[in-house]
Amino acid sequence: MRDPRDNSDGFSAPHRTSLKTIRGLGSARSGTEHFIQQRFTALANFVLVIVLAFVAIAMSGRSYTEAVALIGSPWVAVPLALAIISVCLHMKIGVQVVVEDYVHGLAGLTLLILNAVFAALVGGAALFAVVKILLAALSVQVAE
Amino acid sequence: MASADLDANGGRRPRPLSPHLGIYRPIVTMVMSIMHRVTGMMNIGGLLLVVAYLLALAAGPESFATAQAFFGHWLVRVVLVAFTWSLIHHALGGVRHAIWDLGHGFGKERENLAWMTLAGSILITVALWALIVVLEVI
Ligand code: HEM
Repeated sequence: MRDPRDNSDGFSAPHRTSLKTIRGLGSARSGTEHFIQQRFTALANFVLVIVLAFVAIAMSGRSYTEAVALIGSPWVAVPLALAIISVCLHMKIGVQVVVEDYVHGLAGLTLLILNAVFAALVGGAALFAVVKILLAALSVQVAE
Repeated sequence: MASADLDANGGRRPRPLSPHLGIYRPIVTMVMSIMHRVTGMMNIGGLLLVVAYLLALAAGPESFATAQAFFGHWLVRVVLVAFTWSLIHHALGGVRHAIWDLGHGFGKERENLAWMTLAGSILITVALWALIVVLEVI
């Protein structure tokens, strides 16, 4: 029987897993998924950013109460929360690609973990703020 | 046989190099591709400012007043204009990516698309901030 490692005939692939795959230096097996998610979130970002640009413009010069009423209205708070989720996912994948391109080894792995933590923290803090503003706006409505 | 690798004096001839950033004359499509990456990373700064603003509003009237004063400062305004441009440049770059993903925009028009990204990002940024300034004045 032919040795599974033998590909000296130049045609058959060696039937063994390459060392780089065993060491985890090969494909991360989520490239296509990330590619599609990056496009999907890009589209969502695009639509939501346009909507929220008008909100941002409308925010200028508002008093605290008016600002809470605007951001805390469901018509703003819901798209805003969706935008936060989409942007943070997009940012996480985007920065991951950049890190994978330029930083390798343990430093790269460390940065990838920090990147994931960073995206989760930013998203979590932003969502917390939106929920709190939403509740503040609701309590004003209830008091009235 | 090996003579192709050796020059007349028998020394090693330099191997052919593939083009790389260090020796390439910048062309607009290449620069815009780099800009997409740069603006993507810049957007993180803009996002952090937005999140800080939201947290200030969530924290109550005093912190919101502080944030208003901070974001009203002309120096911060300049930074905000830069982040606006970055976001819009990146968004228009995203449109270019969408065109490519649908299988178009690889012909001669690609240079025009690159220039349109740059021109469009500047035009839209100026228009948006003109609108903001006008709204604040009236
Ligand atoms: C209008 C909204 C946006 C659109 C349409 C958009 C679109 C895109 C697209 C299509 C890509 C993939 C480019 C590629 O595969 O080479 C990308 C990459 C990226 N985006 Fe966005 N994006 C948007 C907003 C943002 C925001 C708000 C951030 C940051 C907070 C961001 C950060 C990034 C990063 C870091 C990359 C990776 C850059 C690279 O690999 O060169 N994007 N964006």
